[in-house]
Amino acid sequence: MRKNTGIIAVTLLALLSGQTFAASNTIQVKGSDTLINVVQRLAEVYMQKTPGASIAVTGGGSGTGIAALVNKKCDIANSSRGIKSSEVDQANAKGIDPKRVVVAIDALSIVVNRQNPVDRLKVDQIGAIYRGEITNWSQVGGSNSPIALYGRQSNSGTYDFMKENVMKGEYVSTLKSMNGNAQIVEAIKQDVSGIGYVGVGYAKDVSADIKILEVALTDTIGYYSPINALDVKSGKYPITRPLNQYIAGTPGGQIKDFIEFELSKEGQDIIEQDGFFAIPEEYQRYNDQVLGRSSLRDRGAIAASVNDPLKSD
Amino acid sequence: MWTKIRERLIHTFFLCNGMIVIVVLLGIFAILVSKSAPAFREISIKDFMFSPQWNPTATYVAPSYGIRTMIVSTCIVSLGALCIALPLGVGTAAYLSDVAGQRTREIAKPVIEILAGIPSVVIGFLGIVLVGPAIAGIFHISNGLNALNGSILLAVMALPTIVSLSEDALRGVPKSFEEASLALGATRWQTVVRVKIPAALSGIIAATMLGMGRAIGETMTVLMATGCALAMPKSFLDSVQTMTATIAIELGEVPYDTTHYYALFAIGLTLFIITFIVNMVADIVLHKYQRVIK
Repeated sequence: MRKNTGIIAVTLLALLSGQTFAASNTIQVKGSDTLINVVQRLAEVYMQKTPGASIAVTGGGSGTGIAALVNKKCDIANSSRGIKSSEVDQANAKGIDPKRVVVAIDALSIVVNRQNPVDRLKVDQIGAIYRGEITNWSQVGGSNSPIALYGRQSNSGTYDFMKENVMKGEYVSTLKSMNGNAQIVEAIKQDVSGIGYVGVGYAKDVSADIKILEVALTDTIGYYSPINALDVKSGKYPITRPLNQYIAGTPGGQIKDFIEFELSKEGQDIIEQDGFFAIPEEYQRYNDQVLGRSSLRDRGAIAASVNDPLKSD
Repeated sequence: MWTKIRERLIHTFFLCNGMIVIVVLLGIFAILVSKSAPAFREISIKDFMFSPQWNPTATYVAPSYGIRTMIVSTCIVSLGALCIALPLGVGTAAYLSDVAGQRTREIAKPVIEILAGIPSVVIGFLGIVLVGPAIAGIFHISNGLNALNGSILLAVMALPTIVSLSEDALRGVPKSFEEASLALGATRWQTVVRVKIPAALSGIIAATMLGMGRAIGETMTVLMATGCALAMPKSFLDSVQTMTATIAIELGEVPYDTTHYYALFAIGLTLFIITFIVNMVADIVLHKYQRVIK
């Protein structure tokens, strides 16, 4: 009996210590709902390859992720927008120096219902629609029906990205704020007069009821589709953006290892399978510098070469 | 001697328990007031309550902090829920207490009470995949995420409280009332509607107010099912964003100690005051009716 008690006590102790050990080593990733699925897949593959590694990926929106990083509640913040200067100030005030790594490229896709006759829009038309200046589909070549606007909630990086890079103005108050990319896709499937914006990874595979619009910056440049990888990578599709991860300071240990996996050929392949695009060379160089990796690539003029197609942040 | 001390100790123990509730309530109120007071250094109370625009993260125009549309949204969603839940709830309660047989009641009542245990996020999900498309189909509108959807779901959530407590109230009506009514030649329908329900009214009102309290404060369901548009609703078929939904969406990412942060607490304070008034009114009504019956 006493022997048994001893064994139980030892087992319990081992379990307890094992648990605390595992808990302290879990990498917490939080933020963007656009990135959540693909980062979850990256984490699963990474954990299979790396015994003992533990990564927890949760959503909540880019703003929530960055706020968590600033409040030291997570290790990696997924963000589909650049960090704001006010957020950098808050982080600095808490002794955190946020570093950015670009893990994927997204072509923000404008989606409508399959039955909508409109196939293409210009960037300034999309902006006017979301600012509430264009309210009927007939104004952009469609049928005579009012436009139902679907967007994201204000903690979403995509919400901010649209506002600052496409609309250059404020959202009209009739915007329906959805909880995530998937909810926008669901709503557009049912709503013949709806318009929404989602990360390309969410639009690609559900083309039965929804239609991805071709978008042009101006008439002379022409219309391009976000599902054409060549047009996105060459920058012809006008609404592309880097998908970022922010880390508190230069990463080390397991966090660095995971990020390097994401940026490896294998990681980038997973990102492309999920519908997003692999990062181009200029971002690779930028990442190398952040991670302090010795690289054979030319490391000159790094920061200056990082230009987002629409706007650098 | 020992018995006396023990009695005193037990007395103090229960007194403390009672006090804790009051202290917690006052503490919450104090925190809400202290956190929302700084908001009014930059926003006037008039703008806060009556201006129609809520856009604290505006960068191209000045940020605005008007919560009028949210108050209206919360009110119409809750009142809509009440209009659906009250007749259904009281009807069900009358059925259970006066019509249903012993066995039916013993099965039906616990089943209805289980309904209260369904998590609000599940109800919200049903709103997206079931109620929303149904509303869109019935009213021939493009999308079913609107105030009516929220009202229906909140009615479902308030029903168990209303049914269960109303049934208790109806069963609490003295048997002699019923017997006297029947003896005077009234039908069973007349007895239930004209004698028993009026006699149990204070309990029914209390039940309704408890259900209403849940409806006003409910967050997840309305966040998922009402479409979350900040425009002023013109009908039950417009998308709305309630006060609770706004706090839930924005509190997660708001930088601490900013006007936006304090304004969210001010919304919480407003909500607290609204529920307080609802409860006060219920209490007054309750006492009035109790006196009439006595």
